Amino acid sequence: MRRLLWPAVILAVLLLVNVFFTANFFSIQMRDGHLYGSLIDILRFGAPLILVSLGMTLVIATGGIDLSVGSVVAISGALACLQISQDAGVFTAVVLALGLSVLLGAWNGLLVAVVGIQPIIATLILMVAGRGLAQLITGGQIITINSPSYKIIGGGYWLTVPFGILLVAVVLAITVFLTRRLALGMLIESVGGNAEASRLAGIRSRGIIIMVYAFAALCAGVAGLMISSNVSSADGNNAGLWVELDAILAVVIGGTSLSGGRFSLGGTVLGALIIQTLTTTIYSIGVPPETTLLFKALVVTAVCLIQSKSFREKVFGRRRRAVPPSPAAEEKVRVTA
Amino acid sequence: MLKRISALMLAGLTAMAVGGCGGSGGGGAASGGGAITMGFSQVGAESGWRTANTKSVQDSAKSAGITLKFSDAQQKQENQIKAIRSYIQQKVDVIAFSPVVESGWDTVLKEAKNAKIPVILTDRAVDSKDTTLYKTFLGSDFVEEGKKAGKWLVDEYKDSKDPVNIVELQGTTGSAPANDRKSGFQEVIGADPKFKIVASQTGDFTRAKGKEVMEAFLKSTPDIDVLYAHNDDMGLGAIEAIEGAGKVPGKDIKIITVDAVKDGMQALSDGKINYIVECSPLLGPQLMDLAKKVVKNETVPTRVITEETAFNQEQAKAALPNRQY
Repeated sequence: MRRLLWPAVILAVLLLVNVFFTANFFSIQMRDGHLYGSLIDILRFGAPLILVSLGMTLVIATGGIDLSVGSVVAISGALACLQISQDAGVFTAVVLALGLSVLLGAWNGLLVAVVGIQPIIATLILMVAGRGLAQLITGGQIITINSPSYKIIGGGYWLTVPFGILLVAVVLAITVFLTRRLALGMLIESVGGNAEASRLAGIRSRGIIIMVYAFAALCAGVAGLMISSNVSSADGNNAGLWVELDAILAVVIGGTSLSGGRFSLGGTVLGALIIQTLTTTIYSIGVPPETTLLFKALVVTAVCLIQSKSFREKVFGRRRRAVPPSPAAEEKVRVTA
Repeated sequence: MLKRISALMLAGLTAMAVGGCGGSGGGGAASGGGAITMGFSQVGAESGWRTANTKSVQDSAKSAGITLKFSDAQQKQENQIKAIRSYIQQKVDVIAFSPVVESGWDTVLKEAKNAKIPVILTDRAVDSKDTTLYKTFLGSDFVEEGKKAGKWLVDEYKDSKDPVNIVELQGTTGSAPANDRKSGFQEVIGADPKFKIVASQTGDFTRAKGKEVMEAFLKSTPDIDVLYAHNDDMGLGAIEAIEGAGKVPGKDIKIITVDAVKDGMQALSDGKINYIVECSPLLGPQLMDLAKKVVKNETVPTRVITEETAFNQEQAKAALPNRQY
């Protein structure tokens, strides 16, 4: 739980900053029969990122990384919109898109676990080729569709709550159940700790690795459906562009180490929310577009530094210890230094 | 074993790729004598506008008998620079490209100049001080487009004394259309202090971003009278955000966009957009004429402007059935 403290504090600070600029930032109203407010927006636009980051967390926990999720987002949205524009049912379109996503993820997993290519290279292949595939599906066009039932996935509401948020809640619940109530989470952490030792201990590392990549791609596929459904169109070029980097960042902010092993799903969700809140903050406090990236970089750097235990000890710890001039404390500092 | 097989396959693929490059390079050099070969580097396919632009260039190259080498930069300057370098190596007769951003082109354009390959800019300009680096710039006057948008707004509110709160969705930061549409618009509305731009952010010319930014604007800026979007797609995204907030686009918030692609024109004739300034993508025929002239070393004007107009809701209804893109 303590690991979640700093991400939660940072998120709270970011949200509070907004109140200074937008007085009614925390107000949530009912409008046209659904919830309406900045906080709802952050959850709704953050939903795809949370999903992608959840998948990314498990991949990173096995010591891997998946750069191809952004392309899978584009492919899944493109395929679904193409199907719907050709008068296929929404259900068929969604099943086909998610099926293709899982296949692509399994392909990544095969390259990593069976062929033995380094994860960053193996998924780089699909990252580059996948954009091309998405454009092939859309024919380089933006496919605009008009399907009220498809629209629900990313832009609709169910019982006044945005459907995307519910979808994320369900996926999160399933993931938490599978990894924390069953042994799966421990197996993933053990593969991340040492794949070879896990195999010798009787864990089917290969199967686990293929499964987490397929899961990451499935999450990305659902995110792709959400993004394309939110604007009722598929954009092979821009959908999910750079989302893999945001997702990796969310995982890191959430306190999961990139070297694999232990992971924190709650931290990842907080990390993704921090990133989305930061984006919303930039829009609402009116940071000029020319300096947006710099602003983001500075905040993220600060966030990562605050997260780091050794940094906190160096900066804050010494000062605190220096205030009460006790010889024993000074002794200790000298020893650790 | 598997590792060895994949290594073999990789080696094979690389050999094929290298072979492919060599082959097309030879072809380019051979065709240097007769038919004109043009290397064209497109920005990407970020919008319906761009797709129509690509199609116009490809179709008119075919009908003008010009061999077209086409590459898509996927919105990245480094890809465009790579494409231009490869055109120089392939010794094409003329290079045309739509720069993704305005700055940073001097080096690669000098390389083209040294190789004596004329360069035509289409649709977007570069900010190089040295204008001898390219022969001509064919494209819309974005400042003029911004001015047209501003003039309509001034006209629409000429009887009102109340302040008019405007939010702006800018294009990709640093791109010529974003810079110029912004400055042209500001120049016209700046004359009257009642017009105030209360929020301005980039929506990267995409629907998804347009929607996301507009959602944030609707919360942070409660009183919005007018939305000025630098292209139709961002405007279309913003319309969804406005509808989601329980307001009526075109009535509660007046919307001005630029481009006039089919989806935009549809929204205009449905009354969801109030005014669209046209930015015509069909510059293929003009481009091919210019290409033939510069290859023959004829003098061409350094600036050629595409023919364009603007639409209000009634004009859109009339024009929509014939809209190609």
